[in-house]
Amino acid sequence: MKLRSVLLVIYLLLLLLPIYWMLNMSFKENEEITGLFSLWPHHFTWANYGVIFGDASWYTGYINSLIYVGINTLISVTVALPAAYAFSRYRFLGDRHMFFWLLSNRMAPPAVFLLPFFQFYSTVGLMDTHIGVALAHMLFNVPLAVWILEGFMSGVPREIDETAYIDGYSFPRFFVRVFIPLIRAGVGVTAFFCFMFSWVELLLARTLTSVNAKPIVAIMTRTVSAAGMDWGVLSAAGVLTLIPGAVVIWFVRNYIAKGFAMGRV
Amino acid sequence: MKPVNQKAWFLILPVILCVAFSAILPLMTVVNYSVQDIISPERRVFVGTEWFKAVMRDDDLQGALLRQITFSFSVLLVEIPLGIMLALSMPAKGWQASAVLVVVAISLLIPWNVVGTIWQIFGRGDIGLGGVLINHLGINYNYTSEAFDAWITVLVMDVWHWTPLVALLAYAGLRAIPDPFYQAAKIDAASRWAVFRYIQLPKLRGVLTIAILLRFMDSFMIYTEPFVLTGGGPGDSTTFLSQFLTTLAVGRFDVGPAAAFSLIYFLIILLFCFVFYTVIQNTGKGESR
Repeated sequence: MKLRSVLLVIYLLLLLLPIYWMLNMSFKENEEITGLFSLWPHHFTWANYGVIFGDASWYTGYINSLIYVGINTLISVTVALPAAYAFSRYRFLGDRHMFFWLLSNRMAPPAVFLLPFFQFYSTVGLMDTHIGVALAHMLFNVPLAVWILEGFMSGVPREIDETAYIDGYSFPRFFVRVFIPLIRAGVGVTAFFCFMFSWVELLLARTLTSVNAKPIVAIMTRTVSAAGMDWGVLSAAGVLTLIPGAVVIWFVRNYIAKGFAMGRV
Repeated sequence: MKPVNQKAWFLILPVILCVAFSAILPLMTVVNYSVQDIISPERRVFVGTEWFKAVMRDDDLQGALLRQITFSFSVLLVEIPLGIMLALSMPAKGWQASAVLVVVAISLLIPWNVVGTIWQIFGRGDIGLGGVLINHLGINYNYTSEAFDAWITVLVMDVWHWTPLVALLAYAGLRAIPDPFYQAAKIDAASRWAVFRYIQLPKLRGVLTIAILLRFMDSFMIYTEPFVLTGGGPGDSTTFLSQFLTTLAVGRFDVGPAAAFSLIYFLIILLFCFVFYTVIQNTGKGESR
């Protein structure tokens, strides 16, 4: 038991090492980064963060990212809830085919679909809008959301539905008042996954935006290619992208710790 | 047995609309490209299955596909066992559980190009902690010039990045096992291995299905991280399938062959996922009933 904890701590330290290195670099000046190898910043500076917070073209990137990730998470979970209920409770014509078709969208390599995506979104006028990116990200988030929610719902005994209907609940009232609270943990975990995959995605978000909805991840790539390498600002921007994720994990940690089996245990 | 209810279609209608909006037309466009030779926007010739035949014979493409398959299976072989081991040693309760969960999950929420950047810096022999340490140990390591080093760096990066996903899912699966199972095992004086093999592993089937399929799909479509880290080099040692096809479609503008191969690509992922899914579902059935 002791040995296991020691190994776990060592693993966690290894996990944090690359992140520490980025944090370290974000507090250094560029001369120190390229000039000498140091384990901690010798000339501690906030200047790199100053660049980001002082320039609207940087910090609006974070706002844009948060907006479309938020829209995406909200819509994905909302449309996935009734669908997951249908898949977990009923059989209907073509249900398995439909489920598999949904999942197959998660497997379309985005790199190759970029050009058609660009053309299609330009045609329908969704280029460079938050809702456009959110819709595009639903392609891989909605199937996953349905899959995870279906797993949680299958763990809830069907007697609960039947009792509620006998007590005179209509379907919408039962679903919102009784059923969703029962799978609260599932909704939390699903939202976490939707947030995660939308927040980290680069290719689609970069292709579908130019100015108004440009996400922080795309702004970072532009800066890398321009004017050599501004390692300090790049690291600072990278560190700032960790924060929303850390907040979201903090909110769902109890749902994960409580456990879920995806289906009947 | 679930009741048959055709009205359930109304419940899945919103999902279909949302996904089909982005799925159908782009896919049709790709199919369209794959059977035409587009010389200019006005001049296009129907070529049938010619692109499909051409890409199947292309050596570079076959090389990229082979590298991709090797990479994806290496990823699965390392990440799944490591993730399960990690989940088994994570504390179950208290503040330690919360703290460990947050630390473990953090790498999942880093944007993919930032992951590439982190490792690009970390692995450098002059200014990166990792690169400096390895060189200090007397191992000649340089991911920008040695093909093997580059490949290993991409693999280690992926393990660092994604093992937490397996660990989180496995951890949640473990927490869902009711205590009586362990009490029964104790009465039978079952060994730790027996507990793992006959209680924990079967109960993890649901979460591991998701973990394996997600890891396979995403590693098979990996693009951003190696692109930032190595740019596919040195040579083509880390040029995986997505990157190869993007160069073909965007860089060289060979849209026809690129589209033809992306359809084949899509089918390969579909096939593998179907096989994994069926195998996992069937191996579980025999013992849990």
